[in-house]
Amino acid sequence: MMKKDQFVYVTYIRTTPEKLWKALTEPEFTRQFWCNTAQESEWKPGASWKILTPDGRVADSGEVLEIEPPRRLVLKWRNEFRPELKAEGYSRLTYQLEKEGKSVKLTVIHEIEKEGSKFIEAVSSGWPHILASLKSLLETSESLEETREWPQEACK
Amino acid sequence: MDAVFKALATASRRTLLDELRKENGQTLSELCEHLDMTRQAVTKHLVLLEKANLIASVWRGREKLHYLNPMPLHEIYERWIGKYERHRLQALSDLKKGLESAAGRIRRGGQTKTKKK
Repeated sequence: MMKKDQFVYVTYIRTTPEKLWKALTEPEFTRQFWCNTAQESEWKPGASWKILTPDGRVADSGEVLEIEPPRRLVLKWRNEFRPELKAEGYSRLTYQLEKEGKSVKLTVIHEIEKEGSKFIEAVSSGWPHILASLKSLLETSESLEETREWPQEACK
Repeated sequence: MDAVFKALATASRRTLLDELRKENGQTLSELCEHLDMTRQAVTKHLVLLEKANLIASVWRGREKLHYLNPMPLHEIYERWIGKYERHRLQALSDLKKGLESAAGRIRRGGQTKTKKK
């Protein structure tokens, strides 16, 4: 088996899978909790996928590997603005959304086939902020302040 | 937090977590290969560990992959181990490891000096 590095996160959000799906993919929502960024994709298998900074530069890019709204999204993902991270190549991001009572269990796995990955180290400090902010946004209609602007510590 | 301690209270479940620590993202079959437990027992333990949030799982095709979720343990750590203690505890743990490996070398008749990192 190939050695991997990964970031694993599970959070329960009081919302519906449909709303959570929109929040994860639509610019209107991502701008609020994900450092004012927007994603661009046709959201179908094989389609290209990008995260754009507020001034239109590509922060990360890749491809939609699997998509099953509002339950599952798998992306091929590479950082584009830090050369040492870009050099590590493509990672794989899985979002899994499961309805559990009045909440949705969101599982996020971000993995790369490399040990001691700097990319995983970087996302491991960013994701908890962004996902906490996403939860706040959906539950209280207000995201966390530190994740609203680019560039922020949480988005590097 | 009760669920976490309950899940950790059985040696075989801790072994399962150790196995995922070695290789994260394993399927049920892969886990069974490395462990001396029946498939049913592993399945049962995985359910309990997942309920306690110590394991996260995602589907890949028809296979379910299991990952160690460090968050609940981190919360326990944060609750009972303050940021000042952690350095002292780390120093003690390093000292213990250093002394034990030095003692091991003496018994084997080797050098007594601990290796510099």
